[in-house]
Amino acid sequence: MKEYLIKNGRVIDPANRIDDVADVVISEGKIEKIGKDLNGRSLQIIDAKGKFVVPGLIDLHTHLREPGREDEETVLSGTRAAIRGGFTTVVCMPNTEPALDNPKTIKQVKTIIKKDALCNVLIAGTITDGRAGKKLSKFEAMKGEGIVAISDDGSPVEDGHIMFSALKEAKKESLLVIDHCEDLKLSTRGVINKGFISTKMGLHGMPKEAEYERVRRDLGLAKKASSRIHIAHVSCKESVELIRKAKANGVKVTCETAPHYFALTEECCVTYDTNTKMNPPLRTTGDVNAIKEALSDGTIDAIATDHAPHTDSEKGVEFDFAPFGVIGLETALSLAAVELVERGALSWPDAILKMSTNPARILGLDKGGLKTGGQADIVIIDPNKEYVYEEESIESKCKNSPFIGWRLKAKVTHVFVAGELVMNDEVIIYAAEMIGRL
Amino acid sequence: MNNKVIWTKKDLLGLEYLSREEIELILYTAESFKEVTTRQIKKVPALRGKTVVNLFYEPSTRTRTSFELAAKRLSADVINMQVESSSVRKGETLIDTGRNIEALKIDIIVVRHDCSGAPNILARAVKSSVVNAGDGWHEHPTQALLDIFTLKSKIGRTEGLNVSIIGDIAHSRVARSNIWGLTKLGAKVTVCAPDTLIPDGIEKMGVKVTTDLDEALEEADAINVLRMQLERDSRNAFPSRLEYFKRYGITKERLKKCKKEIVVMHPGPINRGVEISSEIADGPNSVILEQVTNGIAVRMAVLYLVANPKSAL
Repeated sequence: MKEYLIKNGRVIDPANRIDDVADVVISEGKIEKIGKDLNGRSLQIIDAKGKFVVPGLIDLHTHLREPGREDEETVLSGTRAAIRGGFTTVVCMPNTEPALDNPKTIKQVKTIIKKDALCNVLIAGTITDGRAGKKLSKFEAMKGEGIVAISDDGSPVEDGHIMFSALKEAKKESLLVIDHCEDLKLSTRGVINKGFISTKMGLHGMPKEAEYERVRRDLGLAKKASSRIHIAHVSCKESVELIRKAKANGVKVTCETAPHYFALTEECCVTYDTNTKMNPPLRTTGDVNAIKEALSDGTIDAIATDHAPHTDSEKGVEFDFAPFGVIGLETALSLAAVELVERGALSWPDAILKMSTNPARILGLDKGGLKTGGQADIVIIDPNKEYVYEEESIESKCKNSPFIGWRLKAKVTHVFVAGELVMNDEVIIYAAEMIGRL
Repeated sequence: MNNKVIWTKKDLLGLEYLSREEIELILYTAESFKEVTTRQIKKVPALRGKTVVNLFYEPSTRTRTSFELAAKRLSADVINMQVESSSVRKGETLIDTGRNIEALKIDIIVVRHDCSGAPNILARAVKSSVVNAGDGWHEHPTQALLDIFTLKSKIGRTEGLNVSIIGDIAHSRVARSNIWGLTKLGAKVTVCAPDTLIPDGIEKMGVKVTTDLDEALEEADAINVLRMQLERDSRNAFPSRLEYFKRYGITKERLKKCKKEIVVMHPGPINRGVEISSEIADGPNSVILEQVTNGIAVRMAVLYLVANPKSAL
């Protein structure tokens, strides 16, 4: 295994409160040393002058679509997208076909991951069998196969009693419950945020209540069960306020938002571009401001992508018929740079905190930092590199992004996964011997 | 009429997307075509050699017939395509259908669709002109144009007119197109419906909102009475047809308090005894059949303009 010396980068490690120009030595898959003016002749040297050296990003919310929808994404294509975007670890959601609701299917996915993944892929199992909201899945058995969380993502758990049981059972297994908050009786057939825009476009609206009333219920259930809960894809002001209050009252809640919820508003939908259709839907400027504020004050712990690939043929239909979701692994960091760091909502160390350190803490992983002796999941970012996000550059199998054509900033240049250089100067390296070692 | 205005658009997707001048250009153009429809020989060669396809995903006799006649009176060739509509379509996508039709070397696609925004999506995918003949609850621009045309020919102006739109605003594309068109032309628009049929934020479209019919009628120079879509999900929005008629039905009694010359419009087909009484529908204030007649001239104007972008009369 090669050894590497990363020279003169600005090392940003929120986990260990480091933000200083330093060198990093990687050896045997681990961080051997961090310090000033390090040398070593046999090492491959990477000049990181003017760049950031940060812990690999961790995505709490990725849809890799395998098994079942390999036309949309595979573990291979999805982890390529992850690497391109600076993610060294992703949590794949269980809404595959079939759903990851039993140890056997999870074992099969692990085999695919071992064979194809370019980065660490962790697995979320379902809360209920078939994500149908009826019968709790076998948490203990799935945990035995190594899942790190449970979620019925894509669908809510409608029955409050079942959700309460899930929270209690998940606690026994120390599993994180990732909660898709949506009251289907309120969101009904909605396709965008309910309000003036849905009215003028003549589309069914989803009221914000559909999200935050479910957040309210589940915060109450988590409190009653004294369980941890993680609220996925927070999109509106009221959800933020409820979570802020719950945190102050000692509820063990964490939450994430996605880049589109701080970068876009419902105004983007007016052309009926189906790449602006997601669930929860894009909201108002007031909500975007509330999301940014909550990222600033720590109410929102993490930025997750909710990377949801859908093919051109699925998206190239009437707005009502198009599936919800957008890809996001390859743009998340740049959007954080442009929309949060440049606009003063977050410092760079805080952005890394939200995209690496905090996700690791939420999952209880020994990752998200750059400590000596730790696994070398490291990303080098050129923070000043400007570029136009083009369809041709997309690694994901699907191109369903509303950000194509956007002028973005900050690009990942190098990625190490467990000490292996997986992307070198923006070129993703395939090395057969490398895959499977993660 | 400002003669400098020229039509540059490939499509007519909605009145939201048009300027006041463009709307006036259509109305002005329709005036000349109206004259054609009164001739013994009701045909001009304006679109000879052009082909118009009526692509209808929703059943419609009236609008399709009107477009068909409009195209024929311009000497265009017309093809009618009725496509089965359901939320789970196993067949061709809208875009594929559009591209296949285009491959037949046609010039204009007139599309009616139950999904809002379908014409916008189709227009981006094809080079042919797309004319929206009604999409979901979004827009029905030619209906609003013929309503405004009729209003103008009755009253002579739109500026400063009080126009009330009464009925199921929430689920009405006719209401939305009328609101955009009328407000752009300087009319003061009031919408009136039960609370449950007034959509969120409609006031941001520049209209006054009321649930009180008498208030909506008081100052009105004209009213546009919407068809109650009994088959849609407005079903649960009011207690019963009778109750609706009692509170919102346009009757002789109601109109007694109004301006004597009030113009009564309805996009049809009417539900007699639900939103309007027969007395009024067939009475002296009603222009319902004139609307139908004017529809042809307006649609001739639209087809003519989109087929000849960058042309001024």
